[in-house]
Amino acid sequence: MLEPLHDKKLKLLEEKANEIRQSIIEMLVEAGSGHSAGPLGMADIFTAFYFHILNHDPKNPEWPDRDRLVLSNGHICPVLYVTMAYAGYFPKAELKTLRKINSRLQGHPHRTALLGLETTSGPLGSGLSQAVGMALAAGLDKKKCRIYCLMSDGEHDAGNVWEAAMFAGKNRLSNIIAVIDRNNIQIDGHTENIMPLEPLKDKYRAFNWHVLEVDGHNIEAFVDAVNEARAVYEKPTVIIAHTVPGKGVSFMENDYLWHGKPPTKEEGKKALAELRTLQGKIISEHE
Amino acid sequence: MLNSKTKLNQKIFDKDVEMKPIRDGYGAGLVTAGTEDSNVVVLCADLTESTRSLKFQERFPERFFEMGVAEQNLAAVAAGLGVSGKMPFISSYATFSPGRNWEQIRTTIAYNDANVKIAGHHAGLMTGPDGATHEMTEDIAIMRTMPNMTVLVPCDAIEAEKATIMAAQTKGPVYIRFAREKTPVITTKDTPFKLGKNNILWQTDSPSVAVFVTGTLTHNALLAAKELEEEEGIESLVIGVHTIKPLDEKNVVEMAKKTGAVVTVEEHQVAGGLGGAIAECLAKNHPTPIEFVGLRDTFGESGNPWDLINKYGMGVKDIKAAMKKAAGRK
Repeated sequence: MLEPLHDKKLKLLEEKANEIRQSIIEMLVEAGSGHSAGPLGMADIFTAFYFHILNHDPKNPEWPDRDRLVLSNGHICPVLYVTMAYAGYFPKAELKTLRKINSRLQGHPHRTALLGLETTSGPLGSGLSQAVGMALAAGLDKKKCRIYCLMSDGEHDAGNVWEAAMFAGKNRLSNIIAVIDRNNIQIDGHTENIMPLEPLKDKYRAFNWHVLEVDGHNIEAFVDAVNEARAVYEKPTVIIAHTVPGKGVSFMENDYLWHGKPPTKEEGKKALAELRTLQGKIISEHE
Repeated sequence: MLNSKTKLNQKIFDKDVEMKPIRDGYGAGLVTAGTEDSNVVVLCADLTESTRSLKFQERFPERFFEMGVAEQNLAAVAAGLGVSGKMPFISSYATFSPGRNWEQIRTTIAYNDANVKIAGHHAGLMTGPDGATHEMTEDIAIMRTMPNMTVLVPCDAIEAEKATIMAAQTKGPVYIRFAREKTPVITTKDTPFKLGKNNILWQTDSPSVAVFVTGTLTHNALLAAKELEEEEGIESLVIGVHTIKPLDEKNVVEMAKKTGAVVTVEEHQVAGGLGGAIAECLAKNHPTPIEFVGLRDTFGESGNPWDLINKYGMGVKDIKAAMKKAAGRK
């Protein structure tokens, strides 16, 4: 079991997720390119991982017994970088180097560029396979660590994902917990128009996975789901996390056109104002 | 004459020269590598017997993983193992791996610097009856252009065993090319095998052409050198190139300077393979006339392996013609 999530900590995590969203906006404006919707949509889940779920040590990123977080859909790396910086893996000031020359923060994450990254990713569909490899290695070495693999829904168009899912099911790799960012958008439009994924739960069940479904913005519910997944020992588990792409910024939410572009300076200001006031629900001194 | 320093099989030119499939060396090498290092694991995509991965599976069943017909997963699972302290060897046919899963190899193994060894089997035209779908003739090109990748092409079963063990001793991603058909045993246990170091197999007093050869056609190249000397008094050098990358540039330049004419011989497209590597090296360091023996921008077909070699211009007479042509261009 993970540590219990008390109300006080939950509130802290929710506030942290909001700060992380603000930093994502700032770094994307500075970079002038990159993806907006996915990173904002996954901020709550990344916060839950780096500040509550993962057994890790930012000061010792190569600790062999650490849990692994594999980001398969590398394009949402702004949320990974920001959360890692907040967790202490590297200075926050470095966030403004995203996508710039000589930066450790490549446009898509590169393992050997930055300690703490577990994989190189970008081309979609291969993260779950790499997580499977890590799970096999942990099994051979009798390590207790967990391998968490974060995937997008759109990348499930790729056959490689299903090759990995089939193998993990066959080998009952219960040390793998996959999380799907079910935000229903991909570059060209809505997932169910581009290439229907439903019934997604049934597909994973048919591949011999334990399947959970959760609100990806409810940190408490997400942590509960991870706890359940950790208790399942005869199968790998996938958590289908329903998220709102662009979460927290009204003009980005649920609009697939925000999948792959950054906010302009003006849009960035508006977005930050919304995040600081929780979309106008509170009057901030920043106004 | 055969270079005595390379301690080659003395029966090379005999009618009853021992014939062995190059892939046999992989199975033997895997068992040795697995015995020496408990981190060695083997993954195979439903071709356990024909890639000779079976030898390892029988010896170390707990370190063997059957992946099914899923080469993209094969490569990326190996990457995950490779960044977790394991040393995976992945076995399949070269048309599928690195053919089908090239991007996974590029992103998750080469760029990711995962310690994975890729064994591409049934490479070359001599896969024979299976036809062109299974005759991989572009693998050297697509693998040697990949940053961070070492590329090895053994010439016989003995060298294949050494190459497999060498791959395990070499840090980082390595591609090794293997062939299906039985081919003459060229080397012995005592033949030198150093990463990135060519072997001079045939040498003469006043050579007028240097033949660089890799893999299965080494015997043809040696026969061509011998016959050309006996028939027309044309002396030559034959240099075995088991390491395509990093190329032994020093040796290549030295041999080109010595002879002034070069022929490359490989069971691969003439574009981008051994010939491409040698041409790049010489264009940069010592421009020299080169003739290329290999497949000329065409696919193969079904047939008897050695008949295919002759039909597609890689026979002994083709190599002799190329040697004369290169020497004549000086």
